Amino acid sequence: MNALEFILAGMLAAATPFLLAALGELVVERAGVLNLGVEGLMAFGAVLAFIVVYHGGGHLLSFVAAGLGSAVLSLVFALVALGFRANQVATGLAIGILGQGLSALFGKTYESLTVKGLPKLALPWLSEIPLAGRLFTQDIVVWLSLAATLAIWVMFAYTKVGLVVRATGENPKAAHAIGYSVTAIRFAAVAFGGTMAGFAGAYAAVVYTPLWADGMIAGRGWIAIALVVFGTWLTGRIFLGACLFGAVSLMGLAAQATGLDVPSQVLASLPYLVTIIVLGIISADRRLLKLNGIASLGEPFER
Amino acid sequence: MTAPLLSLRGISKSYGQIHANQGIDLDVAPESIHAVLGENGAGKSTLMKLIYGVEQPDEGTIVWDGEPLNLASPAEARRKGIGMVFQHFSLFETLTVVENIRLVVPGRKADLTERIRTLGRDFGLEVDPLAPVHALSVGERQRVEIIRCLMTKPRLLILDEPTSVLPPQSVDKLFDTLRRLRDGGVSILFISHKLEEIRAICDKATILRAGRVTGHVDPREHDAHDLARLMIGRDMPEPMPAVSQSGGEKRLEIIGLDHRPEDPFAVALSGISLTVRAGEILGIAGISGNGQSELAALISGETVLPREQRDRIYMMGKDVGTLGAAARRQLGFAFVPEDRLGRGAVPEMSLVLNSLLTAHPLGLLRHGLVEKARAKAFTSECIRQYDVRTPGPDVEAGALSGGNLQKFIVGREIMLSPKLLFVAQPTWGVDVGAASAIRRRLVALRNEGMAILVISEELEELFELCDVIQVLHHGTLSPRLETRDTRPEDIGQYMIGAHTPAAPKVLA
Repeated sequence: MNALEFILAGMLAAATPFLLAALGELVVERAGVLNLGVEGLMAFGAVLAFIVVYHGGGHLLSFVAAGLGSAVLSLVFALVALGFRANQVATGLAIGILGQGLSALFGKTYESLTVKGLPKLALPWLSEIPLAGRLFTQDIVVWLSLAATLAIWVMFAYTKVGLVVRATGENPKAAHAIGYSVTAIRFAAVAFGGTMAGFAGAYAAVVYTPLWADGMIAGRGWIAIALVVFGTWLTGRIFLGACLFGAVSLMGLAAQATGLDVPSQVLASLPYLVTIIVLGIISADRRLLKLNGIASLGEPFER
Repeated sequence: MTAPLLSLRGISKSYGQIHANQGIDLDVAPESIHAVLGENGAGKSTLMKLIYGVEQPDEGTIVWDGEPLNLASPAEARRKGIGMVFQHFSLFETLTVVENIRLVVPGRKADLTERIRTLGRDFGLEVDPLAPVHALSVGERQRVEIIRCLMTKPRLLILDEPTSVLPPQSVDKLFDTLRRLRDGGVSILFISHKLEEIRAICDKATILRAGRVTGHVDPREHDAHDLARLMIGRDMPEPMPAVSQSGGEKRLEIIGLDHRPEDPFAVALSGISLTVRAGEILGIAGISGNGQSELAALISGETVLPREQRDRIYMMGKDVGTLGAAARRQLGFAFVPEDRLGRGAVPEMSLVLNSLLTAHPLGLLRHGLVEKARAKAFTSECIRQYDVRTPGPDVEAGALSGGNLQKFIVGREIMLSPKLLFVAQPTWGVDVGAASAIRRRLVALRNEGMAILVISEELEELFELCDVIQVLHHGTLSPRLETRDTRPEDIGQYMIGAHTPAAPKVLA
């Protein structure tokens, strides 16, 4: 397998943790809430999923546990940041650190243990195309993530639920005035974001790298948050961004395989470098940010 | 008389020490247009919030259609058939008209689009259902708000200062719509402080002053003077006659300025030219959102022109386009921005510290350190001269009422004795007495030779103050119109862009 084939084959799987977490954070931010705890929520979901699979609970149950667990943790964030109107940045960071701490605590006895991942499903016909066919042999979670991307795009573009979430983020006072409960909508959005972060963590821990190591999320939650801005809060662009980061994170491995003489630390830091560069480029276009940006992002809502 | 649709008895509401409403009685008859008249701060908005369920009264009863009414929320009010159009619109700018309406009214997008068109035809509320709201004019946005209310089939429609944002021509159109609605069986509560309008359209008027009802009248039987007396409790002060001057030196000159702001929702300015001379007040009329804030930022120095755009803005004869706000102030420029909290003053800081923000060159600093006693003396003087109602100079700016803070900011800037004074919305939210004091002061300063530029939405104010008026519409400025030779209707034509002069014909 050459480097290109390697990247094509692995890109979507590598992108999935980014994608799931970023989709969740997209909904949260569209509702006007900034939850910076994604990294910790992913870590917490990851350890729960790993424990479930390790003790024979199976992959389905592990995702359920991770989604529920991270959702509960995100509701703690919602309670403090939305219920008590604490500063969202500080609260998000605190919850993130809590999640990482819990992850380390629960995962202590599982360090370096492994579990079995998920089989890859090849799409008939498509997977037989030369080269590009590599894209079409993926595990079930990848396929479901693509479906989720489509569903969220449809939700924001066509459904009333999407409309209500967008309206809440743009002008919470007006949303309240016309009779929507801003706080309830934001709670729901945060819980959804937490669930998705839990799924993302679960995928990383029991499918993508089915081996427990403390700190295994390794900044992917932060990149997911950056992706939401990078995608200017548009579902399609967030998907493309996730694919880009998936590909970049594989490039390091591919380069090592080809025997390129670059320190592995430099290659491993590629996704983060790309994040910084891309954010810089995107932020230079103020029109784009202003048009799609969330007017009330991070501001506590007071009647 | 038929039974009233809505009946209020002894309604009171207090916020801490402030009695916003005290013992209000009010009856709205079916199929009538009922005015609630009062100065800013008289308690009109509070009363409407109580009727619309945004807040609950401390005392008193509300009877709706013969039954007692206890509303917990606006949603409940809408279910009962009470709709409200707010002064500051509650629309979502990034959504389209139909999406905005869909948030309130159940139904499929296609059906709603059709119903918006039908309502538009029936009531003179034409608007494109598929247009994004940020692309609409203020008048169109108001129509969207009204349509949104009408779609829930209300029996009472509350309009909070609906004409304050409209040019004269659109006001007539709105009134036509309101009459058609009344004839269609909807009662209307019309909140305003503009006397002529109320006389033009309302069947009944309830007048509020300082939270109490001072009269229930038929506005058609009283002239504006009577209504004003009920409203402010004394006769209106006579405007101070302006002394005409001419030929002072140019203190502000803008020549062919084009500007496209970075913000996509902001208005691009094109071909702006104006001159303000010493001893002259130039007024810029126009409905807000036509480029006023963008122009104001360019004049104040909050927006600095790029280096390529030289020779566009001159102050006291110097090219200042690329200079920042502080440098412009050093030339003798002073500025009262339209938003008091955040730009005119820092709400969390005391009045003394707020004085320092712009008045520090008046010896309030020594070797970079604050001269507390002097700063305090300056602030107290400003409070005294401009009749700012506050317990003292150490009070936080944010604790003052809007009108009092405005008096303080205007006073502070005038005390700098600038050569060029720029005031955006000089009397927004200021009560009638204080507003007329501010206007008299501006005219007096002009007579002493100051150059003054005023941006205002209130045509009456501009006619009272200005020697010359120019109208801003879609980012372009009308020619200079001498106030003496101009009627409000002419200004109105420019405000809606109907007065665009024909392009000069090119001979073949």
